Amino acid sequence: MKIKFPLWFYQLASPKWFYDITGKLLPWFSSAALLLLTIGSVWGLMFAPPDYQQGNSFRIIYIHVPSAILAQSCYMLMAVAGAIGLIWKIKMAHIVAKSCAPIGASIAVMALATGAIWGKPTWGAWWVWDARLTAMLILFFLYLGVLALSSAFENEASGDKAAAVLALVGLVNIPIIKYSVEWWNTLHQPATFKVTQKPAMPAEMWIPLLIMVIGFYCFFAAVLMARARIETLEREKRSEWVKTVVENA
Amino acid sequence: MGQFASFADFLAMGKHGLYVWLSYGIGLGIILYNVIAVILKKQQFFNEAKRRLRREQKL
Repeated sequence: MKIKFPLWFYQLASPKWFYDITGKLLPWFSSAALLLLTIGSVWGLMFAPPDYQQGNSFRIIYIHVPSAILAQSCYMLMAVAGAIGLIWKIKMAHIVAKSCAPIGASIAVMALATGAIWGKPTWGAWWVWDARLTAMLILFFLYLGVLALSSAFENEASGDKAAAVLALVGLVNIPIIKYSVEWWNTLHQPATFKVTQKPAMPAEMWIPLLIMVIGFYCFFAAVLMARARIETLEREKRSEWVKTVVENA
Repeated sequence: MGQFASFADFLAMGKHGLYVWLSYGIGLGIILYNVIAVILKKQQFFNEAKRRLRREQKL
């Protein structure tokens, strides 16, 4: 059976086409990220009502939840891109996967750190060895492993393959993070957003959260494109089009 | 000022000022780190690539 994808999907695999199209998209995503993150932060910090139990410490949610969601989405993208690279030998897929790792690691740190800071006034402890927290820590270590593997080989292609295999094996951790709050007794509260249900908080609390989540995704898209563009230039530096790009820079 | 009576109140965040501002500081710090890291990487690539190009043109 042959699946037909739209033309742009195939074009994405061309380094030059990827470089050109992301060059056009990058300013839009950067501006959207700046705008949404500013609006979301001001709204969340100043205008959202305080939580009736947690008071103002609940405002950490506007950093913690978006970063935790993004850290997992980024991991899934990295694993899927790695799989595409492994199966169809598309070099752009490996470039995207490699560019995901450092961003995802830093975002996982953000989720863990803000979670610890939020835990102190809410649970009375910076850290507990709870299922959700431990699985999230493993996610961070998986990112470090992918980062280490992708640069551990003399041969770039070997590093790409090894990193992609680790990313795919580590994918099992994603449903564990998601369902950890349901499978085990935990201090961590269940999901704030569910696709199928109305949020269990008033609109003036969850609208800024939604804005922050979209803002974080735009920020991620922008940084990922920027990183992947440079990685593309580095890997294609002997080609004529990169020489033209360098001459015109 | 939104939910707060004064700017001092806003900074204090009830008694959770330290936690809230530390979290937002870490968030901003990591976002800026990502942006700066990618800009430095870009400059490094173009500096090296230009040097290589000049060397090739001399030969």
